[in-house]
Amino acid sequence: MSDLSSAFGTAASLILHLDADLLEIVLLSLQISLLATLFAALIGMPLGAALALYRFPGRGFIVAMLNAFMGLPPVVVGLVVYLLLSRSGPLGPLGLLFTPTAMVIAQFMLAAPIIAALTQQTVADLNEEYDEQLRSLGAGPLRAMRTLLWDGRFSLLTAVLAGFGRVSAEVGAVLIVGGNINHVTRVMTTTIALETSKGNLALALALGLILIGLSITLTFTAQSIRDTAYRHYH
Amino acid sequence: MTQPTATIIELDSGKAAPEQEQTCKSPVLPLVISELCYEANQQRLLKYVSCTLTAGNSTIILGPNGAGKSLLLRICQGLIAPASGNISWSGLNPVQARPYVAMVFQKPVLLRRSTAANIDYALAARGVPRKQRRERVTEALELTNLNHLARRSARVLSGGEQQRLAIARAWVTQPEVLLMDEPTSKLDPGASYAVEQLISAIRKQGTKVIMTTHDMGQAQRLGDEVLFLNRGRLLEQTPAKIFFERPQSKQAAAFISGELLY
Amino acid sequence: MFVSCTRPCLLVILLACLTLLPATQVTHAGNRFITVASTTSTDNSGLLAHILPSFEKAAGIQVRTIIAGTGRAINLAERGDVDALFVHHPLSEEQFVRQGYGLRRYDVMYNDFVIVGPAADPAGIRGMDNAVEALRKIATARASFTSRGDDSGTHKQELSLWSDSGIDPQQYSGQWYRETGSGQGATLNLANAIDAYALTDYGTWMSFTNKDNLRLMLRGNPPLLNQYGVILVNPARHPHVKAQDTQCFIDWLISGKGQRAIAGFTHNGQQLFFPNAAQSTQAPPACIANPDSD
Repeated sequence: MSDLSSAFGTAASLILHLDADLLEIVLLSLQISLLATLFAALIGMPLGAALALYRFPGRGFIVAMLNAFMGLPPVVVGLVVYLLLSRSGPLGPLGLLFTPTAMVIAQFMLAAPIIAALTQQTVADLNEEYDEQLRSLGAGPLRAMRTLLWDGRFSLLTAVLAGFGRVSAEVGAVLIVGGNINHVTRVMTTTIALETSKGNLALALALGLILIGLSITLTFTAQSIRDTAYRHYH
Repeated sequence: MTQPTATIIELDSGKAAPEQEQTCKSPVLPLVISELCYEANQQRLLKYVSCTLTAGNSTIILGPNGAGKSLLLRICQGLIAPASGNISWSGLNPVQARPYVAMVFQKPVLLRRSTAANIDYALAARGVPRKQRRERVTEALELTNLNHLARRSARVLSGGEQQRLAIARAWVTQPEVLLMDEPTSKLDPGASYAVEQLISAIRKQGTKVIMTTHDMGQAQRLGDEVLFLNRGRLLEQTPAKIFFERPQSKQAAAFISGELLY
Repeated sequence: MFVSCTRPCLLVILLACLTLLPATQVTHAGNRFITVASTTSTDNSGLLAHILPSFEKAAGIQVRTIIAGTGRAINLAERGDVDALFVHHPLSEEQFVRQGYGLRRYDVMYNDFVIVGPAADPAGIRGMDNAVEALRKIATARASFTSRGDDSGTHKQELSLWSDSGIDPQQYSGQWYRETGSGQGATLNLANAIDAYALTDYGTWMSFTNKDNLRLMLRGNPPLLNQYGVILVNPARHPHVKAQDTQCFIDWLISGKGQRAIAGFTHNGQQLFFPNAAQSTQAPPACIANPDSD
């Protein structure tokens, strides 16, 4: 219990003093996870929409893969990305291992399947309602896809938040491909793991509380923006 | 439902004359339907429907619920395929004819964007260049008396406004034929009246209106000819006046007297 | 009224700018850097944080450390993912050099391994000085023992002690013998939680803050030596290795300056690592431009 209460105290004092190292770690975490989510959305949404609207050979396989990838352990994704980016791996010459870019790639691979799979569901549901109307208006498949993505934007935000939630909370992948290098690839979750291993449980928990707080703030902000917009557009 | 309907009539009388000429060289009429059947779940919902619909008059499809009225319209628009039989828009199949045939659904899906953007969408989908779109959108907004709501989100409009928007969105592409599925079934009398005024204005411009309804008064006000469907069969195709005065089938007579509902 | 399509695009671009801008700054900050794989004991104890800044400042080279058990650290080096190895299992290190992955191994420092355990000491090993005997007593008492189980230097040391004791702890795995498969800190956390014994290097033990119910049980006499060495990854095998800058780091580490920095690292007034580079010279390496900065 003393650990818990002192964790709240430590968290409060960390935030109040706005420690430069902490700020750096928080900003890097946000950058990496937001970038990964952004790219995952840019790829995952059209992919999900295409899977919802088109019937083509191999579609079932891709959908099954996406659903399987939604539950992939981050460590496995981290390991795969590591083996790809390692100097002895196929992408070794790029020298991306142990950089924030590598972490973005790993988190992208974690977020994209979630966003794609949830987008597929959302777009398929919406298409039930829209299909005949859009065809009647003369919209081709590509235009229909764009329209469904745009009109489903309020539901799709949930998909994006789910993707962000997964990557901002994971430690396995970023630890392996980032290396947890101080001032370079150290993020919230790897710091928490590190402090735990040092036995600084209160500090680790304090960082965890800040991470949770950030996550809640971000999600809450996104949702209230959505709710306001939804009231406007219905 | 709150807007003055008088403006619609004024607008219409100003524009009717020049538009009417276009209908003479309509590329999709007459519509020839022969031996059309439609099946779903092993049930035959349309049975050997045959008719010819020509330019210059409006056609009301009447019939009780479940008669197959909406199905017929959706087949005409090429949204669903018939099980057998033939449908020809002056030689074009329904999908090919779509650029000339617009449809207003019973429950129109309004896109989550502004009123004006909804109308603009229909033009963009037909490949109308951006430059011409703005003017035509304004024209459609004026016709349907929705100018003051142009920037309002379509989904927050009232039922009557939404229906007028759906009509504006269909009309703006200048179709030869306008298919309408129960356009006033969900509206209160005031809003229904406004929509009827709008339909008759469009009709007077020369656009062929093919419309389903089960409102007899509306059929009398808007229809030149009546198709009477019952349980998937086309029982009558007669001028409206004759249909209401001397219905030929006993089902039609029962329907008119309010006895045939299902 | 026609802008609804451009609004999301703007938003995406804005977001991309916001997130990309600082990210590029991060990657540009340390232009000259080397990457070194080292072990949890050097990092968790605080040694690296103590000695690296003075080198980085003097040489203008950032040292990025990847912290892993010795086994994984060696694997990283074999794959060419790091420029140097700074670990503590001489046998593996020598093999690494023999196989051509590394150029040359240098002794840097040592500390010793200790056995820690619950205050109640169910196996009765407190105060003993022979680790092999102590492990036999733990096995006889079926007292819980947490092993790193991660092929780290400490793990290898522990296995060689068990081998000397003539007991194969593997057959008790999952019973009183618990393999954590994780770092030293995590292993000590578990030992604390389940009242188990554990082998650890002294430096990590001293700086570990979640001791709670754990006590130091045994410090070997003679000490269970824990020797650290540093090796440059063979640039002939991995051409991208920053041989020059990394050699500079190694030269500094075994120079008088580096060795004094190691000796100067204390925890509660106690020295945790003991420098023992073979050819320690007083002169700083030639690669450091400003030898006066310390």
